[in-house]
Amino acid sequence: MNPIDLLLEPLSYGFMLNALATAVTAATVCAVLSCWLVLIGWSLMGDAVSHAVLPGVVLAYMFSVPFAIGALLFGFLAVGLIGAVRDTSRIKEDAAIGIVFSTLFALGLVLISVTPSETDLGHIIFGNLLGVSKEEVLQILILGALALAALLLWRRDFTLFAFDATHAHAIGLNPRLLGAALLGLLALTSVVALQAVGVILVVAMLIIPGATAHLLTDRFGRMLLIAPAISVVCAIIGLYASYYLDTASGGMIVLVQGAAFALVYLFAPAQGLVGRKISASVRRRSAKAV
Amino acid sequence: MSVPAIEANGLTVRYGEVLALDEASLTLHPSRICGLVGMNGSGKSTLFKAIMGLLKPESGTVRINGDTPAKARKSAAIGYVPQSEDVDWSFPVSVHDVVMMGRYGHMGFTRRPAKADKLAVAEALERVELTDYAHRQIGQLSGGQKKRAFVARGIAQEATVLLLDEPFAGVDKRSEATITRLLREQASAGAAILVSTHDLHALPALADEAVLLMQKVLMHGDPQTVLRPENLALAFGLDVLGRDENS
Repeated sequence: MNPIDLLLEPLSYGFMLNALATAVTAATVCAVLSCWLVLIGWSLMGDAVSHAVLPGVVLAYMFSVPFAIGALLFGFLAVGLIGAVRDTSRIKEDAAIGIVFSTLFALGLVLISVTPSETDLGHIIFGNLLGVSKEEVLQILILGALALAALLLWRRDFTLFAFDATHAHAIGLNPRLLGAALLGLLALTSVVALQAVGVILVVAMLIIPGATAHLLTDRFGRMLLIAPAISVVCAIIGLYASYYLDTASGGMIVLVQGAAFALVYLFAPAQGLVGRKISASVRRRSAKAV
Repeated sequence: MSVPAIEANGLTVRYGEVLALDEASLTLHPSRICGLVGMNGSGKSTLFKAIMGLLKPESGTVRINGDTPAKARKSAAIGYVPQSEDVDWSFPVSVHDVVMMGRYGHMGFTRRPAKADKLAVAEALERVELTDYAHRQIGQLSGGQKKRAFVARGIAQEATVLLLDEPFAGVDKRSEATITRLLREQASAGAAILVSTHDLHALPALADEAVLLMQKVLMHGDPQTVLRPENLALAFGLDVLGRDENS
């Protein structure tokens, strides 16, 4: 089989087209959001919110309201509870995050077990990329586009908030509101990606692309391009790999993203472990040549 | 007399059990530089936060240029230069980006810089002598250059009230002189400037007045008087004169 056929053959199946659209959308939105999360130090918060939206999604399903509403509600509930436990007891933030998100996630699991539906637990955790329906793809595309538009429209305020919240406050912006907006978009993004790609994949997609891009550039504007580019390429490679190797697609995508991070961590020109040494020796050699 | 740029009245702030500010009052007029002196934990950073409205005091009021802090913030009147420890130096922003953040209060909601903003940034960078470093990542500057970048942000902002938290900590002599000159220039142009500092020797050259802080404002006067050893002893609790404090 020639390489073009290798790429095209899977796309002759409708489910693969849906999977590709879903993976690319989730990868893009999550990666853009991850740029702020890793810089603010909210990776764990991303982890927490993406887990904590689960009971909200299940309840929304039970009462036939849009998933996004349930997710937003529980996303904010999680953040509020984490803040409350941290501020009103001697428990530190990481423990507060762990307690709140695992409890809410467990509530989601219990709710699923008592809800008559076809939702499979495995799909929630690892995703069901190959089983995404056309309607779901449409919903994912719309919500994803909304989240992406909001992130890009307010990107300078979010970046200022991430870099210097005190200055943001001093010039009349509202850092609490900006933080809440970012967390709301995080909850929205989680629900976009969760249904299709599973909790584990959402977490990975919310952390790895931003961290990888941060090792590659000193400019935030470029990070916002590099992170989704890497994330999308990894999603596509992962999806094809899972097709040909007959492995779990969600897991495969995260593996590829992790591998991409490892490569960058080692070989990035300025920040990579090995890359730094190579750059230094090249500089020395060119200095000698002069 | 002109309207005070900063008018803090009877500020009391508590963090749980800890009393951070105790009925602290401070008035600073335009075109004046005031040095804020006190040991660690004396409430200097808390005073800055209260002036910016970043925390709500238990009692007391703050007026900025005769307005509420909220109104002053909206008009981008308050410029703030943070302590070095409070800045993430690995953050992927350039010197130019940081100075441009000073202009955000003057921009529309997407913060797209207009010509006037770009001009103000270029001018501010020129004045702090960082034009050649404009596109460096903020962490790739020396200690003094980093401080100058943040001072440039306040200049570009056209802030009428400038708050600087330890701007001379970890700064080389040349940068210290440059920052001192810049602050004097900003004051001449009408800004009121409050500077917390441990660098007591440099204070008379910089400040028109000085405040000794230890939860309360112990003393507020000209720097020479405030810096007399017997007065410093009050703020630092040191037995500078060899006398027993408790006697």
